[in-house]
Amino acid sequence: MLRTLLPTFLQLLLHGLTVLLLPPLIPGLIAKTKALMAGRQGPPVLQLYYDLAKLARKRVVFSRTTTWIFLAGPVGAVAAGLTASCLVPFGHTPAPISFEGDVILFAYLFGLARFLTILSALDTGSSFEGMGAAREATFSALAEPALFLGFAALARATSSLSLGTMLAFPGTLTAKFTGPLILVLAGWAIVYLAENARIPVDDPNTHLELTMIHEVMVLDHSGRPFALVLYGASLKLLVLGALILTPALPRAAAAWQNWLVFYAALAGLAVAVGLVESAMARFRMTKVPQFLVAGMLATGFAFLLMLV
Amino acid sequence: MRLYLLAILAAAASGIPGLFLRRKGGEVAVGLTGLAAALGLGASLRVLGGGPTAAFSLRTASLGSTGLMVLDPLAALFAIPVLLLAFCGALYGLGYWEGRRGNTRALRLVYGLLVASLALLVTASHALTFLLGWEGMAIAAFLLVMAEDREPETRRAGWIYLASTHTGTLILLGAFALLAGTTGQYGFTALPAGLAGSRTGTALFVLFLLGFGFKAGVLPLHYWLPPAHAAAPSHVSALMSGVLLKMGILGLARFLSWVPDPPLAWGGTLVALGALSGVLGVAFALGQHDLKRLLAYHSIENIGIILLGLGLGTLGKGMGQPVLQTLGYAGALLHVVNHSLFKGLLFLSAGSVLHATGTRSLERLGGLGQRMPWTSGAFLVGAWAICGLPPLNGFVSEWFIYLGAFRGLSLGRQAWPLVILLALALIGALALACFAKAFGAVFLGLPRSAPAAGARESSRTMLIPMAVLAFACAAIGVAPILFAPALDRVTAVLGAPPGAQALSSLTNLGSLSALAFALVLLALLLGWWLRPARQATEPGTWDCGYAAPSARMQYSASSFADGLVRGLRWALWPLVHRPKVAGWFPRAARFESHVPDPVLDRAAAPAFGLAIRAAALFRVLQGGELPVYLLYVLLTLLSLLVWMVP
Repeated sequence: MLRTLLPTFLQLLLHGLTVLLLPPLIPGLIAKTKALMAGRQGPPVLQLYYDLAKLARKRVVFSRTTTWIFLAGPVGAVAAGLTASCLVPFGHTPAPISFEGDVILFAYLFGLARFLTILSALDTGSSFEGMGAAREATFSALAEPALFLGFAALARATSSLSLGTMLAFPGTLTAKFTGPLILVLAGWAIVYLAENARIPVDDPNTHLELTMIHEVMVLDHSGRPFALVLYGASLKLLVLGALILTPALPRAAAAWQNWLVFYAALAGLAVAVGLVESAMARFRMTKVPQFLVAGMLATGFAFLLMLV
Repeated sequence: MRLYLLAILAAAASGIPGLFLRRKGGEVAVGLTGLAAALGLGASLRVLGGGPTAAFSLRTASLGSTGLMVLDPLAALFAIPVLLLAFCGALYGLGYWEGRRGNTRALRLVYGLLVASLALLVTASHALTFLLGWEGMAIAAFLLVMAEDREPETRRAGWIYLASTHTGTLILLGAFALLAGTTGQYGFTALPAGLAGSRTGTALFVLFLLGFGFKAGVLPLHYWLPPAHAAAPSHVSALMSGVLLKMGILGLARFLSWVPDPPLAWGGTLVALGALSGVLGVAFALGQHDLKRLLAYHSIENIGIILLGLGLGTLGKGMGQPVLQTLGYAGALLHVVNHSLFKGLLFLSAGSVLHATGTRSLERLGGLGQRMPWTSGAFLVGAWAICGLPPLNGFVSEWFIYLGAFRGLSLGRQAWPLVILLALALIGALALACFAKAFGAVFLGLPRSAPAAGARESSRTMLIPMAVLAFACAAIGVAPILFAPALDRVTAVLGAPPGAQALSSLTNLGSLSALAFALVLLALLLGWWLRPARQATEPGTWDCGYAAPSARMQYSASSFADGLVRGLRWALWPLVHRPKVAGWFPRAARFESHVPDPVLDRAAAPAFGLAIRAAALFRVLQGGELPVYLLYVLLTLLSLLVWMVP
């Protein structure tokens, strides 16, 4: 009894620890890659951990305009992200909770996080933050169909509605679905960049509020709520990263190998994002929808290829 | 059934004592409506809980075998929102309407009649009772819309509504006549197999779709709906949007339950109409500045979602796929109940805003979250649920439809599963944007006008109904498994195929509840970690160090939606009056933009005008002289004699 349960328990434990502890490393890796590409030394890879520890001890400043909704944004984003992380498999390690139709719950949990973040931005009454909120709402309306078209393509290929079986593609890239799979992943990579507010959709480092989307929504957060915001953003990088990495990963024989492959791929993804950020400039706001539509088209064609 | 008949009587009589009492008439009416709700809900819940289906019939052979009324699971499912919302609305009306505006007694009386007609309508099993309830509902609703008939806008809305609803009734009369011609009776019975594919079947489908579509507000027959919902008193808007529109869906569901073999084209039509109504409904909502009009367009969107589910179920029935049938019908019918709950909640909280500030314009509100915390909480729950976000009830019903559509993907090369999926995803994202806009503009930030700044929280009689509805939303969302057996009984009425599985075995509702609890627990935990320690002196919004921000500098509702409205301008045709700014010292200028309803303003209104001008041609015949009219009667009788006698 114990013998059979122990590996599962260990897997769950590792899953939970990864979700709780690993995320702040990803922005650190991205920042390091960008710094090295630019010939700078850059902040340490663990910088976000230091930041979070510092923010947790800081006092919070509330605007007198705000209500409890101001806190609902950070809390909701992290709570929804953590809940969603239970549904996604990390590489070929199965997800802790898996059932038919959990893909929809997964997508809608991120919708919930977005809804609350937008509301907490509007709660400050600032026009900058309102602008960021409006952009977030507009662009995510374009990202959503791309995500669902990708789900549809994978559901059609695997006859399953559960992230666990859908993403852990049998036979990986050598199977007959290689072409569509590449298209799905290309479309989702665009969604990944947009949802995580990275270049070329949004620039997390800019100091010009008028050009920002995500960063501008949290201008007024400070202290622990801001720590939650930063942690939530890195959590999103991890969870959505697992979504786009898993179908492309080879399946290994042993569990520890699967974990190793997953961590390596995650680091690779962070470096790739850093490279994209170093190589590209941010698009003009009017170009962003076209970029997102490209993602929709890629996943749409993937679905069409699955039909034939 | 006896309980239910008593409930109808109590509802119908609820306004009568108020006509004679000098005081407390409203309280008596609420008490009677509450009695009606208790009786009716008891009867309905017993049927949904597995009790026997009850019927009521007069012993007359000419009425056919089905009787006049039947309380089967389908009727019971629709009766629940009717009675619950009627009671909540009546209680709310006590604080909202009584003692402040005119027409109070008449309003109470007609409100009771509307509730009674609705309660009669849901159980109708004969064309006679159905049309009786239908007309009673239409006329009572017209009178209620006209409650503030001093406003020209209200009068216009009322007459447009009356004309549209009677066009629908006329079509339904034709449909029932055709139905009776086919089945040989006016009672509701199953159609013979094979009829649906014939030309008569198609005609029946089209007529019923048109007649019921008018009532449900299916695009493009929706044009009466936004003005009427905006003009009616808010508790009436809640009842109209939450329940009255659903009678169109009830009619369609009843019709579909008679058909054993619906052709695929029917399901396809329903899916197409659902996608159209859903996407365009929410798109039009994005362009609105009037809070209640915005909510009315969202009703069109939700009717679209319901039609997607009905279409999915009908396709499943036509193809002999019991899984699709169960998921589609269950999703659609659960969404009927869900939409009644959260839309009722939204209209009631919008009414509280109107009550406190006197305006419905999003551009003049703001900052009410601090002044009306309970109302803002209620609106947030409604917005949360209508966007289909977990863990509230809107998610559960949309989830069923999603599941059905995903299953449909593996059935071969068909377009409709993808249409449903994309429509639902797009509707979800746009609804989220729209409710972020509405909630943000009304409750967050700083008040944009003096009335908004001076707003006060509503009275307890208005808050309790909202709390009841919010609780119901949360209950269905967190523990859907409790409601699954009842839903199975309802879908069985719509034709249980052999080998149908129960909903709880098709879907993993337990995991859904577990995750919902996990989400709530995590949120509480994180909230505890934050434990807001508010300082004595709170600064203004930092806003990157901007020194003197004023309320007018906030991002307005129109600016929030501008990007999406511009992206959708091919469908919305927004009107923008943009000033020309020229010179070094430009003059003061005004900017205006609004999204009118294209069907009403560009098609229906001109058509009505044309019809009126055409009708003027017949005025020659109508001189107002009695002898001339008698002559007409004589001539008609003579010609009938000549035509019929040989």
